[in-house]
This record gives sequence, C-alpha cells and structure tokens, in this order.
Amino acid sequence: MTESTLLTWIIFLPLLGIPVVLLLPAAQKKAIRWAATIFSGLALLLGIQMLLQFDPSIAGMQMQHHLVWIRSFSIEYFVGVDGLSVLLIFLTVLISFIATIASWSIEKYLRGYFALLLLLETGMLGTFCSLDMFLFYVFWEVMLLPMYFLIGIWGGPRKEYAAIKFFLYTLFGSVLMLLAVIALYYNSSPATLVDGTPTLHTFNIVKLITENDFATKAPLLGIQFSHLIFILLFIGFAIKIPMVPFHTWLPDAHVEAPTPISVILAGILLKMGGYGILRFNFGILPEATQWAAPGMALFGAISIVYGAFVCLAQKDLKKMIAYSSVSHMGFVLLGISAFTAQGIVGGVFQMFTHGLISPMLFLIAGVIYDRAHHREIEGFGGLAYQMPEYTGLTGLAFMASLGLPALCGFISEFLVFVGAFPTYRLLTIFSALAVIITAAYYLWAMQRMFLGKLNEKYAGLPDLTWRERITLYPLAALIVIIGIFPGPALNLVNKTLMTLLAVFKG
Amino acid sequence: MALAQLSLLYPLLALAAGVIAVLLAGMGQSADPRRRSLFVALLFLAAAALLDLLFPGDGAISDLLQFDAFSRFFLWLAMIATALVLILATQSAELAHRRFPEFAALLLTICTGITLMAAARNLLMAYLAMEMVSYASYILTGFKRANLFSHEAALKYVIFGGVASGVMLFGISLLYGLTGSTAFSAIAGALAPGGPVLAAGRTGLFAAVIALIMILTGLCFKTAAVPFHMWSPDVYQGAPTPFTGFLSVAPKAAGFALMLRFFSALLPQAGPELRTLVLILLGLISALTMTLGNLTAIHQTNIKRLLAYSSIAHAGYMMMGVALIDQIGAGAVLLYLGIYLVMNLGAFAVVQIVADKLGTEEIAEYKGLGYRAPLLGFVLSVYLFSLAGLPPLAGFIGKFFLFAALIHNSGFWYLVLALVGILNSVVGLFYYTRIMREMYMRSSEEAPSWRVALAPLLVVLAVPVFFLGLYWVPLQDWALAAVQALH
Repeated sequence: MTESTLLTWIIFLPLLGIPVVLLLPAAQKKAIRWAATIFSGLALLLGIQMLLQFDPSIAGMQMQHHLVWIRSFSIEYFVGVDGLSVLLIFLTVLISFIATIASWSIEKYLRGYFALLLLLETGMLGTFCSLDMFLFYVFWEVMLLPMYFLIGIWGGPRKEYAAIKFFLYTLFGSVLMLLAVIALYYNSSPATLVDGTPTLHTFNIVKLITENDFATKAPLLGIQFSHLIFILLFIGFAIKIPMVPFHTWLPDAHVEAPTPISVILAGILLKMGGYGILRFNFGILPEATQWAAPGMALFGAISIVYGAFVCLAQKDLKKMIAYSSVSHMGFVLLGISAFTAQGIVGGVFQMFTHGLISPMLFLIAGVIYDRAHHREIEGFGGLAYQMPEYTGLTGLAFMASLGLPALCGFISEFLVFVGAFPTYRLLTIFSALAVIITAAYYLWAMQRMFLGKLNEKYAGLPDLTWRERITLYPLAALIVIIGIFPGPALNLVNKTLMTLLAVFKG
Repeated sequence: MALAQLSLLYPLLALAAGVIAVLLAGMGQSADPRRRSLFVALLFLAAAALLDLLFPGDGAISDLLQFDAFSRFFLWLAMIATALVLILATQSAELAHRRFPEFAALLLTICTGITLMAAARNLLMAYLAMEMVSYASYILTGFKRANLFSHEAALKYVIFGGVASGVMLFGISLLYGLTGSTAFSAIAGALAPGGPVLAAGRTGLFAAVIALIMILTGLCFKTAAVPFHMWSPDVYQGAPTPFTGFLSVAPKAAGFALMLRFFSALLPQAGPELRTLVLILLGLISALTMTLGNLTAIHQTNIKRLLAYSSIAHAGYMMMGVALIDQIGAGAVLLYLGIYLVMNLGAFAVVQIVADKLGTEEIAEYKGLGYRAPLLGFVLSVYLFSLAGLPPLAGFIGKFFLFAALIHNSGFWYLVLALVGILNSVVGLFYYTRIMREMYMRSSEEAPSWRVALAPLLVVLAVPVFFLGLYWVPLQDWALAAVQALH
C-alpha cells in the first residue's frame, strides 16, 4: 500500500483549469484554447508519471489518497489505482488531451465549451480512481451534466433529442445503481475509517470486496440479495457499455455530438461500463457474477454479432463507427464472463485497445465531415488520389478495428476468443462470425470512399492539416506499437486480474 | 401559564411585534415605504432569532404547545424563508410599492403561524395555527389587485382551503368524540392497543381511521399532496411570484412539521392494525403525489405551473420519509426541507426576475437566456439540477438520505416506494432539462446582457446549493437533533 497525492492532482488539475478558462475574455479565442490544452496536457504528463510509478507486481491498490469526508455516514475521499484501472486512467488523460486539441476547431461559445470539457475530464478521472462507492457515484453523475450540454449545444441538427436521450438513459441506469449502492452500504459489515474511527457500515470498495460476503444476506423484494444488487448495478453499467438492447442512445449521441465529444464518448465513457462491472459486480458480488455469467456472455455475443450486422447497413460513416463500438464492446462482456485468464485479460485489454482505435475512427470521420460537410459513405469515391495521407491513416484504423494481426485490436480480440472458447464454445464460434462481417463492412466502406473514380465535387479537398496530424499520429503509433509489443501493457493489468480471477477458480 | 414559560414565546412575541411595527413603519405619506418596512421587518426577524438563541425554547405550555429543537428548526426555516422572500419582494414589479408594508406584515404573520404549527401538540392548537397561515396566504395570493388571475387563484384557494380545513375540523371532532381529548399524547394513549377506541373492535378502528383520514386531508392540503393538490398550480400561477416562492417552501414545511409531530406521537403506540393502515395510506399518498406531480409537470408551458407540479412531486419525495415514522426518515425529511428551501426559492427568484424583465412566464420565452443573462442562466441551472437531484448539488444529498432511510428500513413496500421514487427522479430530470434546453440550446436574436438587480441574493442562494452538496453535516446534525425531540 503506497500513499500518494498524484491521483488527486490528476483528477483535479482539469477542474483547476475551469476558472482560468472562464476568466479569460471571450474574444481571446487562442488564449482560451491554449489554457484548456495546457491543463489537459498537464494532466496527461501526470498520467504518464503515474504509469511510470505503477508497480505491476502489486495486485492491490497503489498511490492511494485516503481522507475522511463525512464521518457520520462513513463517506471517505479515497482514490487509488490498480491493474484494472491503470490503463483506463492513462487512456482518459490521453484521449482527453487529444480531444482538447481536436476541439480547436470549435468556434461557438469557446469558454463554456472548454470549461465543460475540463469538468468532464475530472468526472471521468474521478470515476476510474474512486475507491469509495459514494465518491464513485458522485463522479459518475458529474460526467452527465457536461456531456449533456456538450452534445446539446455544440452538436448536430438533432442535438437536443440526442442529448436528452443520452441523459435520461444514463440517469435511469445510474439511479438504479444508487439504490444498489445504498443497499450494499447498509448490508456491509462494520469497518474503520482511515483515521481509525469505527463505523457500522462502509462505502470503502476495497473493504466491500475483501471483508464482506453478500451471498448470504437476507433477500430483498423476495429476490436473493446479491442477485438483485447485481442486476441493479448491471443495468447501470450495461447502458454505459452499451450492451444490446440498451444501446439505442449511442448512435444518436455519436452522430449528433461534435467530433471531440464523440472521441471521448467512444474512447472513455463506454469503458466505464466494463470497468464498473469488473470493479463492482465481479469484485463485490462474485457469487452472483457466477450466476449471471452465461447471461452476460450471451448478451455480449448478441451485441457483437448484432452490432456488426447493423454496421453493414449504415450509410453514415459516423453511425457505422458508432455501431462498431456496440459490436466491439460486446467482446468485453464475452471475455470477462468466461472466467479464464485470457478471457478476463482480453476483456480489459479490449477496453484499452478500443479506447485507442475508436477515437481515431471518430477523428477520421470528423476530418472528412469538416471538409465535405456530410458523412455519406456513398457520397465519396476515389479519395485515395486526393488525400493519400488521410487514406493511409484511415486504412490503418479500419484494419486495427477489424482485428488485423500486428495491430492492437487483434491482440485483445484474439485473447477474448481464446479465453471464451473453453467456457462458451457455441457463443464463441457464433461471435467469431462477426469478425468476417466486421471485415466486410470496413473493407466495403474503404472501397466506396477511397477507391474507384474520384468524385469531381471533392477534387479540391486538402489533405490533413497539422492539427489533425497531432491528433491522429500518436494514436496510430500506439496502435502499432501495442500491436507488436503488447507485453508491457499486458503486464500492467495481469497481476490484479489474476487475483480477481482467483476468487472464481476456487 | 407560569410567567417563566413566557420565555418560550419570546421569538414569537418578537415576530408578532414585528407585524405591528412593519405596519406602523409603512404609515405616512411616503410613496415608497419599501426600504423602511424591509428594514423594520428584518430587524424584528433578527430580534426573534437573537431571542431564540438567548432563550432556546425547551418546554411545554400546558398540552397545547411543545417548544423543542424540532419547533426551533422550523422557526429558523420560516424566518430564513421570510427574510429571503422579503428581500425578493422589494424588487418585484408585481407588488405595488405602497402596499409592501402589508405584504411584509402578512408574511411575518405566516412566519409566526408556521412556528406555532411546528410546536403544536394539540389538534385545536394545530388547527388554529394552520388557519393563521391559511388566511394570510389567501390574502397574499390575491394581492395583485388589478390581476384577474390573482383573484381567481385567491378564490380557488379560499374555497379549497375552506373545505379542507372544514373536513379536518370534522375529523378532529370525531377524534375528540372517540378519545375525549385533542392533545396528541392523550389521543395516542387512547388509540393504543389496550385503549378504549380499539377495545370497541372493528367499529372503533373504523371510526379512528376515518377521523385520521379527515385530519390527513387538511395536512395534505397544506403540503399540496395528492389528492388535495389541485389548488396549487392555479394558486402558484396567480399569486405574486415572491409569495409563490414562499408558499412553495414555508407553509409546505409547516405541513410536514405538523404531520411528523402528529404521527410520531400517534403511530408508534397505536394498535398494529391502525398503524399499518395509516402507513399504507401515507405510502400511497407519497407514491401518487410524486408520480402525478412529475408526470403532469412534463406538459406545462408556464414555468410557475411547472414549478408548482415540481413542488407537488417534492412533497411526494418527502412523504416517503414521513411514511417511515422513524428518526432516520424524519431526519431525512428535515434535511430535505432545508435544502429544498434554498433551491426552490432560488428558482422562484430567477422566475421573478425574468418575469419582471420580459413580462412572461412562458418557458418558451426563456430561449437563449443563458446567453442573454449568463448569471441568471447559470444559477437557474444550478437550482434546477439540484431539484432534479444531481450530484454534487445539495438536492442529491436530500434525495440520497430519503432513499437511504427507506432502504435502511428494508421492508418490502418501502423498497417498492424507493423504486417508485427513484424512477420518478428520472422523470423529474426530463422536465427540468426542458428549461435548460430553452436557455442554452436555442438561441435568441436579442444579444445584450442584462443588469440583474438581485444578483447578490441569487449568489447567496446558490452557494449553499453547492456547499451542502459537498458538506452537509451541519444541516444534517441540526435536523437529527431536531427529530430526536420527537421520539
């Protein structure tokens, strides 16, 4: 157990940027952009520092910062990082930074935009770092507000509808989660706060995992306690992932959101579902997890195949990418519910690799939209002659997403298949079908947009600008590097996940 | 009454003196007595507060009034609401300057009545206190002499209120006939399992339930709970906005105070059958109130009507805590009331400023408000998101502890009630964001930003909404100390 205020700094640095952004005069657009970029960049630097300090040989929490917040209700400020969250925290600071740079093209109400973006970053980081259920819930909800406004004010033509749909859907899931959190609290065994105060119950996630067994609690509403809590939590997280049939908010939100927000939504927000399931459902309710695992795998497989088929039918590039997220996040569910080493590592790694690939895809969709002001796949053709650099990067991202070996998407999907096969043979074979469909829709889109005869309307399109390069190349580099040397990254998550898995083996 | 007991009444005497002093201060030829009257009213409120601090009331006056931490909590709640609304009212374009002293005097009267309601431990005393609040409220609702809506609202309020209090009085007399007393403690004793009422078997139980339902009618009227909520949208819309704000928090709080004291005295001792019946009734009222309030609010186009239905829904949430009849539940209700006071008054303050400026209360006219008047847009968003119960704002804490109280009890129907409540809060978010949508997602042609006269007050109300969301311990401790007096 190591103590450090590093995580606290990472979480609240973006928040410190908000007054700076708001106090700058509205006309100073450049200064506002720079201010936001600097604060988000500082968070990224600290995130890298966190990655370097992280000790992969420890299974438990590291860099903890632990203070009492509300003594009378045993609520604490408790943050820490372990193998489950380390990659996701790094991903958050990285993608947020890239999204901030991608946001330089925003022209409307700049101060409000960047203030909300920074607030969103704090919310996301806090969610991944929190080790107190109450704190987790607060951060989880804090993310909703900025997201609602970012989609609703800066979004596309149907922004109002998309924003409120996102808001209501997620809130529906999270209020159920709130009931579960309170029920867990009142059924937890006595504990002590960090300063030694004894308490009757606890919100401390580490204590809930290690010192409590909820399998034997008195039933609630006539349903076995742990199963009911599992379901309440799971619905909240499944909406975020999003798992079919709770996915319908996602295409709307993605299509209407401005590019940087899509990037964050796909890159980070979807991961909170998977993270939450592993941290809460798996950690606190192992018995119920075992009970629900076949169902999770089934819904995972359905998401994978259904998402892929829907992609095939899409005419809008961004919508296609959005549905591909449904398909790819299905792998997370399938992988983790297999209770094998490869499966769970693959599932977590899939979150990380999808967090690199899908932001790149959305940036790519943004590039073409900025130039042509539409995203109809059929509306282009022969762009390869006009924008070779762009075409190359798109090809890389498409290939990574469809799971071409030597790119990072392959590693995680492969691990998931290998891990899931022993447990769920039929479902795995069924899901493997989706790989072919995935290849089909990406290649077909590639062909329609970039090959063939150049559409004369777009003969004058310029290739990538420097700002777009800054956002795309780091992601491309990471996708290739991790695709070839996945070892160090896998090493980070391994120890914690094996400890988590050990509960299910016994 | 011994003279020593007089000290219990000091704050109330100060408030009553304030009523006269404000009227005196308003006399004379001055065309604008607002400043003077406000000063005098605040002076007497401060005096009442000081007297309460110097002589913290703790004792009973025969079997009529019980001054304790509980009644003091509501005294302070009422005084804070009165002071804020008075300040708000000085800037209101709806109120004639000349008539401000009357307004202030009536508001102070209600403030006194609320404290008496919270202190009452006798049904007759409770009834008198309630009428004191109601009569002044009727007048203040019809305070806009030239406005027909205001008249209509006042008339509806009087008729509805008259019927409700008549029914309540009938219930009180029934209960008196059954138990031979109007004091809470004596009634509780008579309704206990071995008592004379339940000894009469089914008939006794039936009569007691009917009497309690009739009394509940009056209480539901005061808290605007279903099915006696119908008056509130019209009254809220017609009444001058500062008073609407007051009406939505202070008399409602007093209704809850009376409900909590009455049922906390009665139910723990009452026969199990009687207790179960009343609890089911309270739970049902709670579920219906919040569901109906929320669902109806969705369709409103007038912001005052929307806030009226929203405050019906909030009464439903608080009712969940009342239905528990335990300290945790009552504590959660008091905490909620404290938080609700600032956020709802804040919302009405913005409504008043916008209505005075634009001459409209239509939600569609809030179009682009966030850009025309950034401060107004921002604070209204804060209040509304707090009402919706989103962390890290105070409204979330209020809801959190209500749900926590239900789950702590963990009875089957309490969990169902919690589920109903939590789904309702999702519906709530939907209509609050409709206002947000107008303010931020639709722009208006008009660009210049406004000067907001009441900016300091708005900020003063927004600060606790943030602060209590992050550190609510002082308010919660106070609320818990207050409910300890009940049990």
